[in-house]
Amino acid sequence: MIRMENVQKTFGDNRVLQGMNLEIPKGTSMVIIGGSGTGKSVALKCILGLIKPDSGMIYVDGKDAKKGDRDAFLARFGMLFQGAALFDSLPVWQNVSFRLLRGPLKRPPEYAREIAIEKLRRVGLKSDVADRFPSELSGGMQKRVGLARAIAAEPEIIFFDEPTTGLDPIMSGVINDLIREIVTEMGATAMTITHDMSSVRAIADNVAMLHDGVIQWTGPVAQMDASGDPYVAQFISGSAEGPIEAVR
Amino acid sequence: MNPLYLLGGLGRAVLTLLATFGQVALFSMDAISHVFRPPYYPREFGVALMNIGWLSLPVVGLTAIFTGGALALQIYAGGARFNAEAVVPQIVAIGMVRELGPVLVGLMIAARVTSSIAAEIATMKVTEQIDALVTLSTHPMKYLTAPRVLAALITVPLLVGIGDIIGIAGGYVVATQNLGFNAATYLQNTVNFLELRDIVSSLVKGAVFGLIAALMGCYYGMNSGRGAQGVGRATKSSVESAAIMILAANFILTGVFFSL
Repeated sequence: MIRMENVQKTFGDNRVLQGMNLEIPKGTSMVIIGGSGTGKSVALKCILGLIKPDSGMIYVDGKDAKKGDRDAFLARFGMLFQGAALFDSLPVWQNVSFRLLRGPLKRPPEYAREIAIEKLRRVGLKSDVADRFPSELSGGMQKRVGLARAIAAEPEIIFFDEPTTGLDPIMSGVINDLIREIVTEMGATAMTITHDMSSVRAIADNVAMLHDGVIQWTGPVAQMDASGDPYVAQFISGSAEGPIEAVR
Repeated sequence: MNPLYLLGGLGRAVLTLLATFGQVALFSMDAISHVFRPPYYPREFGVALMNIGWLSLPVVGLTAIFTGGALALQIYAGGARFNAEAVVPQIVAIGMVRELGPVLVGLMIAARVTSSIAAEIATMKVTEQIDALVTLSTHPMKYLTAPRVLAALITVPLLVGIGDIIGIAGGYVVATQNLGFNAATYLQNTVNFLELRDIVSSLVKGAVFGLIAALMGCYYGMNSGRGAQGVGRATKSSVESAAIMILAANFILTGVFFSL
């Protein structure tokens, strides 16, 4: 389980997180929604330790995320970045098997390549993609390679940062379905950041609405439409009228 | 204008400069410490050796050969004013090995390698590849910085040595083909005149300049701002800083080797 308690983060004069509280039960899929620049990615990066919160506590399975062996902590996570963040200098299969080619999880290259091809197949890519470089792939293919990399080491917790941004509706649907399937079959705890409502409905068990640096509403996805929360209602409807200012 | 405003501005500029020096010093110590601490990344080290060393050879060679040739022409023309044309081999040798070889190779490395390292790492930062490295349990300083710093430390002195030889060869070709020098005598004068200290100073300068070039590229890449402008600014600042630091280090090292 992941728990954030009163997490605060400020950049200059901009108070991005103003006491964020959130719980993600083990094995569930939480989707955080909210407008651009409301701190969704910052929250995710705070959990991973990529950004240090100014105050507040973050616990993973009851343990303080700041303490303990950092490598062992990170080995529990997989992450799909917004722009896939594939390493340009490495072919696709080495991107996917990055963890298996170096460090404590190092395996023979033949084995790592096999795993990479298996994971590529799992995300719907053929084996001939393995030897291409990221720059030779379309945006949708890069996202799928990023997804294959995120799941390659079979992590317990997977983060998805804007998984469908920049993709056409059909490819978005493919990625959403893949994420849902993979999270379910791996039994992983998932946290997704998005403003794409079709992603929310496809991926989420639970939804949290982040605005003004705090969680305005959280609950099961089935209750989202009838939440009665004005922030959630405005976000779902996409209306300019409501508590969320259209000009930010 | 109130002179206090000017004074305030000057103070801020000095403080910013000192803060940058401090950050660069801390970054450099951290980067060098990672060279000696596992895990090591031999593949990345091999790629860095290739990029910094092997692929810089054409630029270094061409720079050195034209500089050596021009130097021979200049010394011959200048020497003729007081009947000292015969010193061409000695001055070309000492000029290339002590000064022009290391400095020109250092500056070419700053232009070619520092800019490339800064742009590559800055782009990786902007596209979240550095964050991705961290989430894949890979320390960016070990994976990106340490191999490049070590490769530059090893290859730039070699490049300087090669540049020295090619520069002397450039002077030799010009002197023997255009200026009427005897080939055997030219080579004999060159070899007899050079001292071990000249060669050692050249290689030590190469190592220091290589270290500066790689560290500046990595520092500005890792601390780049956002977007294309951030990458551009990081690249520009890295080359400027590396070039100035190389010239300053050259002055200090020349003093250490030849004035003490």
